[in-house]
Amino acid sequence: MSQAAAEGTATGSWSGGASPYKVGHKKLGMWLFVLSDSLTFSALLFGYSYVRIATPNWPKPFAFYPSVIYATVMTACLLSSSLTMVMAVNASAKGNRAGVVKWIIGTIIGGSAFLILHIREWMHLIDEGMTPAGTPAEWGPNVPLFGGTFFTITGLHMFHVLTGVIYLAVIAARKKSTHEDVEICGLYWHFVDLVWMFVFPLIYLLSIKPN
Amino acid sequence: MSEQETHDHSNSGSKLYLIVWFGLIALTGIEVFLGYKQLPLHIMLALLMGLSLIKAALIIFYFMHMKFEKTALILTILPAMVIVISLLSIFFPDAQRLIEHSANR
Repeated sequence: MSQAAAEGTATGSWSGGASPYKVGHKKLGMWLFVLSDSLTFSALLFGYSYVRIATPNWPKPFAFYPSVIYATVMTACLLSSSLTMVMAVNASAKGNRAGVVKWIIGTIIGGSAFLILHIREWMHLIDEGMTPAGTPAEWGPNVPLFGGTFFTITGLHMFHVLTGVIYLAVIAARKKSTHEDVEICGLYWHFVDLVWMFVFPLIYLLSIKPN
Repeated sequence: MSEQETHDHSNSGSKLYLIVWFGLIALTGIEVFLGYKQLPLHIMLALLMGLSLIKAALIIFYFMHMKFEKTALILTILPAMVIVISLLSIFFPDAQRLIEHSANR
């Protein structure tokens, strides 16, 4: 029976020799990576939300100005870098290699701006006395989970942004990058942006200093 | 095969992406405004997550081109993601129990 299938009846989408998803194996791989990574981040964010709701004296250290405005600018940087990334994929679809490099450089600038602003934010919080295991005395009772969740979630996200910037640079620099490579790189970059869309409201907007 | 897809993408044009980008920025603005208003935690959490889900959908369907993929791919990726993530909500009643427990102590 299997012989008959192998000999000449392999015509259906699922009988082999066809591409059921109509995407290359690399792109399917990236989709599956995005799927698994979204589960990693959602587990972290659900865990964070759990302790956030269950802790009555959760610290609210972020002043609306400057901290939250600062984080909003970071969000705008990432969103704009996503826009330049779709423009890069668009240029790549038209075979415009110079355009691809130009738009990817724009994306790298957006991503780097995000990284620099975020690291400055971290330095500021560390200066105030925040550690992964505790909050400064001025913020009220010590809530170690605040520091732990903050540094873990934003740190993992920052690592993804850094990886993304390197990935983008490699794709832009390599002469033999195909349209599919640019598209896959875009998938990863948009995913990093997507994760921040959840990190920003959960971490920053739920811990704004009351006036 | 991939060339045909390519044409579909470029036809959708950069204007559409610009509109989606404006939408995302506007939704972020609404979220920041809600943060400024300081509503009770549960309402905040529900509203912010609702808005963020709209943003996530915009990014997945337009920026990540999910809208232009084959239905088979969408059905392979999306339901798995949505169901597993939704199942994590099972923890929330327990968080509520903990805070009531500490209030009664």
